[in-house]
Amino acid sequence: MNGPTIVPTDVPPDRPARQLGLDKPRLLLSEQHHLCPGCGEPLAVRMMLEAIEEVGMAENAVGVVGIGCYTTFSGTMDVDVIQALHGRAPSVATGAKRMLPDSLVFTLQGDGDMVNEGLQEVVHTAARGESLTCVLINNGVFGETGGHMTATTVAGQRTKNTLEGRDPDYHGHPILIGDILAGLEGTAYAARGSVHNAAGVAGAKRMFRKAFETQMRGQGFSFVEVLTMCPTGWFIPTAEGPDYLDRVMGEVHVTGDLKVDGRVTTTEERRAETERQTAEFERMTRAGNDD
Amino acid sequence: MSHTDTMRFMEGSEAIAEATIAAGCRFFAGYPMTPFTELLEHLARRLPEEGGVCVNAESELEAVGMAWGAVATGNRAATGSTGQGLALMQESFSEITRAELPLVIFNMARGQSDYFQATRGGGHGDYRHMVLAPMDIAEAVELTQLAFHLADKWLNPVLVYGDYLLAHTSEAVEIPQGGPDGMGALPDKPWKIDGRLAGSGRSRNANSLGFEKGKPGIDPEAFWKRLAVKHEEIDAQEARVETLFTEDARLIVVAFGSIAKFVRYVVKQLRAEGMPVGFVRPITLWPFPSEAVAKAASGASRVAVLEQNAGQMIDDVRLAVLGTAPVDGIGEISTDSSGFGVGAIHDAEFIGRRIREAFTGREQRT
Repeated sequence: MNGPTIVPTDVPPDRPARQLGLDKPRLLLSEQHHLCPGCGEPLAVRMMLEAIEEVGMAENAVGVVGIGCYTTFSGTMDVDVIQALHGRAPSVATGAKRMLPDSLVFTLQGDGDMVNEGLQEVVHTAARGESLTCVLINNGVFGETGGHMTATTVAGQRTKNTLEGRDPDYHGHPILIGDILAGLEGTAYAARGSVHNAAGVAGAKRMFRKAFETQMRGQGFSFVEVLTMCPTGWFIPTAEGPDYLDRVMGEVHVTGDLKVDGRVTTTEERRAETERQTAEFERMTRAGNDD
Repeated sequence: MSHTDTMRFMEGSEAIAEATIAAGCRFFAGYPMTPFTELLEHLARRLPEEGGVCVNAESELEAVGMAWGAVATGNRAATGSTGQGLALMQESFSEITRAELPLVIFNMARGQSDYFQATRGGGHGDYRHMVLAPMDIAEAVELTQLAFHLADKWLNPVLVYGDYLLAHTSEAVEIPQGGPDGMGALPDKPWKIDGRLAGSGRSRNANSLGFEKGKPGIDPEAFWKRLAVKHEEIDAQEARVETLFTEDARLIVVAFGSIAKFVRYVVKQLRAEGMPVGFVRPITLWPFPSEAVAKAASGASRVAVLEQNAGQMIDDVRLAVLGTAPVDGIGEISTDSSGFGVGAIHDAEFIGRRIREAFTGREQRT
């Protein structure tokens, strides 16, 4: 045969799929997940697990997992897990970390878990400056229950109980939790990343590393929020998830470092930085095309 | 060293705090509420001195969460409040019970109206936790240490039910280090979450569903059925009770907690006067000492329950007696032991009057 085989995708395959390679992080027990096609959560969790390994804590990590779609990872993440109730992970992690000061302790929570049911928990834990990392996987909907509005759902976003889009006059405004936490004295590091493109995925991993390093140095509370696609809960075609995240969620929950070395960034500063980077990328792309 | 050399005059809250520390508990989290507050105060001062941690939680929800995280690491840990605060913790109690974590819980209750809460719970799903009800400070010390032992033995939460009288009065007591002898060996804690098996392929998962690592899907039904069997075993093995004069009693009086000590005193007086009255004091409210109650009632013509609420333990007494004798409630709602000094005092005179009325009522009816 000459050249690669072109697999036709407009007809059913004539033979079963075959795995060509495996690049599984050490801390994942399974390369499979049971979430929907196009879901961003597996990517976010993968970046988190790779970061744990990269900071050298693969053999001393405890995760406190909330309740949501991502709860399925409590069975496949190869770290010790305490399964918490909806919203309660930060206090459970507090008790664990106080007894295990040398372990890497993190929570894994969704926006319904952290920002709806357990808002006071994460705020108090940050204010206390607990030396642990709270991780928020934010898709702006209760994915597991079927796409309902959460406290982070942005204005105009369609959900199953805001079918005409979230109307701030009727349903209220979204909470930008990362920005709130960044403003607290006990928070040493806070960041908001996303996994809607390759640069975002790489950036999310950098944020996880920075957060875990902050914890290991005992500098205080650290927080990583990752915006993730939920095409099922957003009622859009799977392939449109990344673009929808960028256009709809990303416009409000603007990504970037929220607090580094005591300096809090504003949404406007992060938006300007994103525009600068985009312009730089486009300039380089043009330059590349000119060659 | 003689016994009196090691005894100290202590407030109940302090004695319970010292018993907690002597039992090896190194983590406590709580939120102030009368009459529980002093227990928190003592532990906030004493636990750091012993190398432990006491967190002043921002809410009862967070207090129980913190204790949950701490006990999951294999360390002895406890939380507490009044019944009002414990109402907020119920969801976590049910989860912690199904996650098989040995948490100890203190209810320094505003009286006896939390019997249903303590023995039935308000959480979701099938779960039970053991409930120990001391009648005085010396017994509270013993039962506090027993609570930690039973929790570890059965991997199940244990609740110590006290009240204002227990928390705020003083007695000379001794705190045995490590707890009373004869409680037996305890199993290791291979389940403890300490991070050390991360990356080994054998990491642990403390959860309420029987969820195991590396296995797709869950089978909570089989897991919960196993827990139900465990609870039946606890029910069969751990009931504790004090009985007095039950052999030839025609009236059996059942009481628990601080009031029971006064009831026992009155029953002894009435016996001295010749009244054939007997006394049963459940020390464990769950498991309820049904067999002892049934045995005591088998020779009696009447059973009276003196509790400081609208009638809660009476349900368990009736279930134990199973209709072999009439069961009357002779207590009443009282905030006597609440700590606010607003309730009628249930003193020996009141108790004596109620028991005489119950006995006379029996005489008149037969």
